[in-house]
Amino acid sequence: MPTLVFLEHHGSELQKGALGVLAKAASLGDVAALIAGPGAKALAAEAGSHGATKVWICEDEGVAQPVPQPRVDVLAQVVEEGGYDTVLFANSVLAADVAAGLAARLDAGLNWDLTDLEQRDGEIIGKRPALQDSVYADVGWTGTPRLALFRAGSFDATPTGGGDPEVAQVSPSYAAHSTAVTLVGQDAEESSGPSIEDADVIVAGGRGLGEPENFALAEELAKALGGAVGATRAVVDAGWYPYSAQIGQTGKMVSPKLYVALGISGAIQHKVGMQSSGTIVAINKDPNAPIFEFSDLGVVGDLHEIVPKLTELIRTRSA
Amino acid sequence: MRIAVCVKHVPEGPSHLDPSTKRLDRSGEGALNHFDANAVEEALRLKGDSDTEVVAISLGPQKALDSLRKTLAMGADRAVLVSDDAAVGSDLVATSRLLAAALEREEADLVLFGQQASDADGAVLWAAVAERLGLPVVSQAMELAVDGGSVRVKRQTEFGYDTLEAPLPAVVAVSDAINEPRYPSLKGIMGAKKKPQDVLSLGDLGVDAGDVGEAGSRTTVFALGDPPARGDARKIEDDGNAAQAILDFLAEKRLV
Ligand SMILES: Cc1cc2nc3c(=O)[nH]c(=O)nc-3n(C[C@H](O)[C@H](O)[C@H](O)COP(=O)(O)OP(=O)(O)OC[C@H]3O[C@@H](n4cnc5c(N)ncnc54)[C@H](O)[C@@H]3O)c2cc1C
Ligand SMILES: Nc1ncnc2c1ncn2[C@@H]1O[C@H](COP(=O)(O)O)[C@@H](O)[C@H]1O
Repeated sequence: MPTLVFLEHHGSELQKGALGVLAKAASLGDVAALIAGPGAKALAAEAGSHGATKVWICEDEGVAQPVPQPRVDVLAQVVEEGGYDTVLFANSVLAADVAAGLAARLDAGLNWDLTDLEQRDGEIIGKRPALQDSVYADVGWTGTPRLALFRAGSFDATPTGGGDPEVAQVSPSYAAHSTAVTLVGQDAEESSGPSIEDADVIVAGGRGLGEPENFALAEELAKALGGAVGATRAVVDAGWYPYSAQIGQTGKMVSPKLYVALGISGAIQHKVGMQSSGTIVAINKDPNAPIFEFSDLGVVGDLHEIVPKLTELIRTRSA
Repeated sequence: MRIAVCVKHVPEGPSHLDPSTKRLDRSGEGALNHFDANAVEEALRLKGDSDTEVVAISLGPQKALDSLRKTLAMGADRAVLVSDDAAVGSDLVATSRLLAAALEREEADLVLFGQQASDADGAVLWAAVAERLGLPVVSQAMELAVDGGSVRVKRQTEFGYDTLEAPLPAVVAVSDAINEPRYPSLKGIMGAKKKPQDVLSLGDLGVDAGDVGEAGSRTTVFALGDPPARGDARKIEDDGNAAQAILDFLAEKRLV
């Protein structure tokens, strides 16, 4: 299976998740990587040390911005030139749109949210947890190229001890619609506020808190437990809580000893940021909320009733 | 202006897969994918009291008309359902082909998608549809503004916030933080019945049966298995003593 891995980078850093997918692919056979965007060439050696024997580089003006469609053109060209029958992506906002665009362009099968990949009797099989991870499916492709998006955190980005890769330049040509989107502004993540990454206890709040003022409930409970406060993307983007507290795919990856989820549904994109927590306690009024699928203690109830009592009980106990 | 909104009819309550087809069992009750209510709301907000037409489009079984009627009750002007037995079992490439064919007829200035289908959790369909339509695409929009011939979007990525601009016509997928979807009013529900609801087959769209459904799909499911065991997970219902139960649990785990 001649395999190509899409290696996303930001500034001078390759994404860890993509390096993990590369290392995994290298354990299954020969693998090449594509790095597209400013500063790509300087990252080729790192791709080599994570298993790429060949690295395709594109520093063209057309891929200067972090938008998907020009990258579909670049990939389509490299897949054809290199004869790749398998193209792998680590999930991200950018990579998901690139992968799906490429699937349509090549009429190729895309399996998403995979957590593993294996070869069995010449067949390539992906592991796909489905329906809020209540079922594990073995999935595959009925033709080539095979495209796959891996869930964040599926593989460690361990160097494979590979050497200097062969480097090839891509000179792309773009479809008319591919270069229509322009980036007009960018706000980098502000790193104010206490870091939640090192906290032993995190109390996280979601839309179930009802209104921004109710984050006080999470803050009080966090204080009583000696922990920090986290949040879902839904409430961060709604302006209820700062981005620095966001946990999940596009936020922070945390693994405290205790994670308390208040009014959080437990979407996969949130789960990938906190599933390695030691103990998970969730309070949600919907008995079917996905968060109960991965909580050690799930409490079906109204957080507005339960949380103030719990905070009081903990305070009394520690006093 | 015309805005097309793609909406999905998804199973209600806990879903399960049919062991024989290894596909989602869609025989039970269904409802409008709640993430798509955000897309409908955004279309209605952009429409305001202008003469913009909002068309809701879905691909699914006949029952998906229920979800389309909900979008009409919210305020959409017209509904289109693509429904055909041959389309059952369509994966991303096949689904995107059919939706693109339906969208091509509409020649919408703006095509909106929701953040994700709550049953498939792909969060990818828009990019495939945009590629087939040859239109620019922007996903995860948490703020959206249409200004003359272009759309401006603010969105969150792994690296912070980006503001992107695209010329119309364009495809935009909105996040669930973009707005609070309205509930249909009684008047809206009554009025929905009189609004146009078209049901289209493959033939109507000029799409070949061999290009959709299982025949047109490029992915497959080999086997289904149980998730890894999770130790001694517990679930309780609050009977007034949940706070004490949580404290006891934390004490037992030596976490307080
Ligand atoms: C590409 C991409 C990236 C993403 N990245 C992230 C990310 O980094 N982090 C993240 O969190 N999300 C992320 N998301 C969004 C994610 O899919 C969900 O939309 C989001 O996590 C939902 O947030 P929530 O749980 O707060 O809200 P909801 O899903 O609305 O859940 C609210 C919950 O509160 C419960 N509730 C309501 N009232 C009460 C009450 N009184 N008492 C108890 N419970 C109550 C409800 O039953 C419900 O389950 C991403 C999505 C995409 C597509
Ligand atoms: N069968 C369908 N019919 C119409 N729109 C759909 C359908 N499936 C998905 N969508 C749209 O695509 C978005 C993303 O779906 P997905 O990529 O499947 O998670 C949804 O929020 C809907 O807007």
